[in-house]
Amino acid sequence: MLEAFLTSAITMATPILLAALGELLVEESGVINIGIEGAMLAGAFVALAIAYFSGSIALGLAGGVAAGVAINAIFAMLVVNLAVNQVVTGTAVSILALGLTGVFYRKLFGVTGKAFMVAPIAKIPLGALARIPLLGPVFFNHNALVYFTFILVPAVWYVIARTRYGLRLRACGERPEAAAALGLGVVAIRWQALVVSGALTGLAGAFLTLAYANTFVENISAGRGFVALSVVIVGRWNSWGLAAASVLFGAAMALQFGLQALGTVVPYQLFLALPYALTLVVLAGFGGQAAAPSALGEPYRRD
Amino acid sequence: MLSSIAKPFAALALAAALISIVLAALGASPLGVFAALAEGAFGSWYACAETVVKSTPLVFTGLAVALAFSGALWNIGADGQLTIGAMAAGAIGPHLGNFPHAIAIATILAAGVLGGAVWGGVAGWLGARRDVNEVISTIMLNFVAVQALSWAVHGPLMEPSRAYPASSPIARAARLEFYFAPSRINLGMLLAVVLAAACYMLLFRTGAGFELRAMGRNRRAATFFGVRIPALTLWVMALSGALAGLGGAVQVSAVSHRLYEKLSPGWGFEAIAVALVARLNPLAVIPAALLFGALDNGSQAMQRAQGISPELVQVIQGLVILIILAFDTPAWSGIREHIFGAPHDAAAPPPVAEAPDA
Repeated sequence: MLEAFLTSAITMATPILLAALGELLVEESGVINIGIEGAMLAGAFVALAIAYFSGSIALGLAGGVAAGVAINAIFAMLVVNLAVNQVVTGTAVSILALGLTGVFYRKLFGVTGKAFMVAPIAKIPLGALARIPLLGPVFFNHNALVYFTFILVPAVWYVIARTRYGLRLRACGERPEAAAALGLGVVAIRWQALVVSGALTGLAGAFLTLAYANTFVENISAGRGFVALSVVIVGRWNSWGLAAASVLFGAAMALQFGLQALGTVVPYQLFLALPYALTLVVLAGFGGQAAAPSALGEPYRRD
Repeated sequence: MLSSIAKPFAALALAAALISIVLAALGASPLGVFAALAEGAFGSWYACAETVVKSTPLVFTGLAVALAFSGALWNIGADGQLTIGAMAAGAIGPHLGNFPHAIAIATILAAGVLGGAVWGGVAGWLGARRDVNEVISTIMLNFVAVQALSWAVHGPLMEPSRAYPASSPIARAARLEFYFAPSRINLGMLLAVVLAAACYMLLFRTGAGFELRAMGRNRRAATFFGVRIPALTLWVMALSGALAGLGGAVQVSAVSHRLYEKLSPGWGFEAIAVALVARLNPLAVIPAALLFGALDNGSQAMQRAQGISPELVQVIQGLVILIILAFDTPAWSGIREHIFGAPHDAAAPPPVAEAPDA
């Protein structure tokens, strides 16, 4: 029971964490992308459609990554090159992706939406580690995407905190004009962050369809992109914090499914609302954007 | 540089071209789809009436968004504010059976106003007192509202037989009447039009409206001229929420007569497209809402005739917003810098937006 719950919590945390790590890179560069929901949805749909018709999980994953990058490229063209409002663009991108995936899903799989399933991605137990009681099954018996995601946590932390590239990234997010004056290409760096983020978010979407649901339904991301946005705030713009927040919210989701099945008196909606409510509490408590990059959300325009 | 007259047409042409490409990829004829949409929205007297009914919540949420955006307050939360307003109306509605019609109507609508104002006000307060970006707070409040409604119709507000996750129907006295049954034409649209005029007056004919627009144009300069940004933020978010909440109450009072999960199909987000097409002008929100209401209404007929699912409407909404953003419309100079970034020309004032806000 406990083992199943904890395993499910890690599984649930994975797509959220993947998207949140991408969003962290983007926000460090000074851009807020509330269109992650759209990139995730596009990744989920394209990954499943390609995997279903080609029979190849690898092609499906690649398709999911490409779809996420494509959605973020639309976003980047508008907010990075044309310097238009990031919030409104992000919202539009999400609406567009919701519409496109809905329309093409119906076209490919009929008005009744006959279930189109794919085989789940195989789990890879990590040898002796997977045989440790409780910890083994919870942490060391997952598919490759889960391991990849959690390995990314120290990797992203290292890149942001310890490398020259991370320093440039943060300079763009703190003082873009100063960064540009020092010869940094703010536009190029923000584009790079958005492309990497698009790949990670598309992969998060692919995880939903190929590793978790094994099918697609309309709006399958169900707000997970916005939970990723919460994770970045609750995790205080720190990779390790993001991982902790993702696991916490993953646990809330897992608990919610368990409670719904058990039919307890505790309303399951409480757990579904938890990430969002907790974000509000954290923001109210810490007071605004104390830990956020200074230039977050400000358009930057080359003179 | 395109002239200000050519630009809107170029934007419209680009939107039509992109939508046609999507339709071609779906194997549908663009002309056939557009014709089916128009037929579904305006093909009969009843269809026209239903277009008006479907546009009504969009006027309320469109006004809510236009007002907040005018002050560069990015209220993404009209959907949550509408939901909470509808919840307040749906909670009080069944208990108004013993009141005169006018009082029952006034009460149920006031409940919606109050509910929406509280939900918008929370975001306003967080922004004013805790320096929390309203974008994030309104997004989070949207999801909390959705879950609150889901909980309410499964729990405290669930109808007595407990067969469906829906609330008890509201009392007859609290329902806005259908004047031309079987069409669902009701007083809601008239109220929306009156409010659009009121918002226009507020925004362009009062000192508070001037301060709001000044804040939208340049926050720092507005501070220098004595605009109290925190107080204005709180009141505008509460007012914006009240408008959306009233839209929710009107929907419950006139159309749905009860609460159920996912009451709003996304009116608060569609409102962003409405407000941008209207260039944040409250009077222009009415035709813009009718345009998107017509698309919503026509989409069912389009699905029957052309086999394209109604989600096409969301594709259109998303594309329209993106194209409007990309086509920097100069007529919209007041808030242009905030939405479209600093202007190109050298004569423009130095970009104050780069300095941290006070």
